[in-house]
Amino acid sequence: MRIRVHHATSYDYQFPAEGVVQALRMKPSDHEGQRVVHWRLDVDVDGLLRERRDAFGNWLHIFSADQPVTSLTLRVTGEVEVRDTAGVVRGAIERFPPGVFLRVTDLTTPDATLRDWAAETEPGETLARLHALMGRLHDDMSFDTAATNVATPAPEAFAHRRGVCQDYAHIFIAAARTLGIPARYVSGHLARPETDAQDAAHAWAEAWAEDLGWVAFDAANGVCANESYLRVATGLDYLDAAPMRGARRGGGAERLSVAVHARDAGFQRQD
Amino acid sequence: MADSFDEMNGWAGSGPRAAYGDVRRWLDETPPEILQTRRAQAELLFRRTGITFSVYGDADGAERLIPFDLVPRVLTGTEWARLERGLIQRVEALNALSADLYNGQEILRAGVIPPELVSLNPQYQLAVAGHVPPKGVFVHIAGIDLVRTGPDDFYVLEDNARTPSGVSYMLENREMMLRLFPDLLQRSQVAPVETYPDLLLETLRSVAPERHDGDAGIVVLTPGPHNSAFYEHSFLADKMGVELVEGADLFVRDDRVFMRTTEGPRRVDVIYRRIDDAYLDPLFFRPDSTLGVPGLLTAYLAGNVAIANAIGTGVADDKAMYSYMPEVIRFYSGQEAILPNVPTWRCREAEHLAYVLDHLPELVVKEVDGSGGYGMLVGPHSTKAQIEIFAQKLRAGPERFIAQPTLALSTCPTLCDSGIEPRHVDLRPFVLTGARGVKVVPGGLTRVALTPGSLVVNSSQGGGTKDTWVTG
Repeated sequence: MRIRVHHATSYDYQFPAEGVVQALRMKPSDHEGQRVVHWRLDVDVDGLLRERRDAFGNWLHIFSADQPVTSLTLRVTGEVEVRDTAGVVRGAIERFPPGVFLRVTDLTTPDATLRDWAAETEPGETLARLHALMGRLHDDMSFDTAATNVATPAPEAFAHRRGVCQDYAHIFIAAARTLGIPARYVSGHLARPETDAQDAAHAWAEAWAEDLGWVAFDAANGVCANESYLRVATGLDYLDAAPMRGARRGGGAERLSVAVHARDAGFQRQD
Repeated sequence: MADSFDEMNGWAGSGPRAAYGDVRRWLDETPPEILQTRRAQAELLFRRTGITFSVYGDADGAERLIPFDLVPRVLTGTEWARLERGLIQRVEALNALSADLYNGQEILRAGVIPPELVSLNPQYQLAVAGHVPPKGVFVHIAGIDLVRTGPDDFYVLEDNARTPSGVSYMLENREMMLRLFPDLLQRSQVAPVETYPDLLLETLRSVAPERHDGDAGIVVLTPGPHNSAFYEHSFLADKMGVELVEGADLFVRDDRVFMRTTEGPRRVDVIYRRIDDAYLDPLFFRPDSTLGVPGLLTAYLAGNVAIANAIGTGVADDKAMYSYMPEVIRFYSGQEAILPNVPTWRCREAEHLAYVLDHLPELVVKEVDGSGGYGMLVGPHSTKAQIEIFAQKLRAGPERFIAQPTLALSTCPTLCDSGIEPRHVDLRPFVLTGARGVKVVPGGLTRVALTPGSLVVNSSQGGGTKDTWVTG
């Protein structure tokens, strides 16, 4: 599938903000299952935009504006060829051995409840366990955009059994790690046929199965990633792979609006 | 506590040690009330200069004066020469270890250290993996805690390779002694420590990235006046003649770091930071940090700024890593450690854990990433109930703890309300590593446990300090 992405993020500040710096992980990389056809990132205020790879091998753009800014819009447009690999991710940049992804982070520290729940996953081969884990999580949780926010740690979302894709991913990661399976966070896009704009990008998890390598699990939808999944950035948790992390001085209150269109380019042509 | 070696009087019954000849005579000749007057004078002077230390977890959050003891701790030139060699060897190994763990990991491939000690260590900063800091130096400032149990028996108790504090007390204590007892110091030919700020500045300057337009800009980065060591941050900046800044005073433009000044932005090349890694840059570490500088990490990775100590040195001074230091020294230098470790049980290993659980009443147990004497168990000084609670913590997370035998730390004569009494001491020398090698000022900070029989010398736990003399 050829996925076409239009992504616009706007910040409006109550007062002019100074020293605006944004760390952006919005540009996907190639791997065996995906090839970037074209990709563009535009910012509508003057500033410096520098591109490099981060510690995990993700594309990272640092944008900094020198002058005070009252509003800022980041616009991404791109097209990526994605192939169904049954969730197996090969040929991606790997900077660390899988064992590193057993680390616990603030957002993925399990509590006793989550640990016990994970331990109930039927014993067996790693891949089967991961599928079981995903299935259980998909069944036990309800998708709810009001229950959590970007800073909610896994056990808290799990306690409510409610959350968004980020929470599903964090819980899946935390649970897999307690079973001794390396797991990591993925941010990206899920192509959907609907024409309405989504107000957020998508997120899922990858876990390490000895024979296959990294395999992508989307517990929020209960499936392994397929040709509708465009992988952008990975890391230990949301904070490593977040599309945007920013800092500024002053500016007062902030209003953020995000509009994401990710859809089958072929599908669109039939509109 | 059984017999302890006394720095002045040796073993019980062995007679006074030559190193303390002048000090002992001075103590003998000075009437007790004069000593008490001097003590009061010293306290007044310290209060006036404002040296305080706020204690975390103190209910009233009050700042308090770290008690200063008049009776110096004396090391002979010969004793010091051996300590100095051992310290240089150890800090060279800490630097080699940090450099290797972030580039190449030969020591893991050689099987000297279990890989999970690195990969799972939150102090191993993935964000700087593969980066070589300017001039290859990671641990610019180290504080190595030493304890003594006999005339020739010194052990390394702990390595501090992140942001060790206490050097301002070393300097202030000497200044106080020079003021109160100038003749005594001259008579004893005490080696100077006053050169420390110059050496520190030289160290920092030596690691500045190459630049062809002007002198290196050097700053001390503090979390601010609420930090327990703020006094030291401002003291060191003042002594070095460099700016003391907070995160908000700095900014990053085009991968370069600048300081805001009334005359416009001024380039910064070296940051002596007294902020933990997690707070340095909200774009890459803790997003809620208001203490850091957004974008600092990218300027650092671009090689445009030196950060002292380098980001990620916490992996080298972790207490679990500590237990491997003799092997680490052997691996990088081919030599045996001049200063031995205290024997250490790693609770992460099942056999060690079983031993530790069976012997808690006689052991000291510490958290691997703890510091400041918090969260530790001193078996011989704990109640049955305290030991039982600690045993539960140990079973719940054994990998978080190490245990060591309770050492009979040496004592040093100390002026107490009732007169001169022996109190347990340790020693933290400060070791500087720049582009041109390793330097140690003779001496360091002697910490003294003021409670009779106590072995915990941390200032946060009520310890005091002494001037430390290396005599000719």
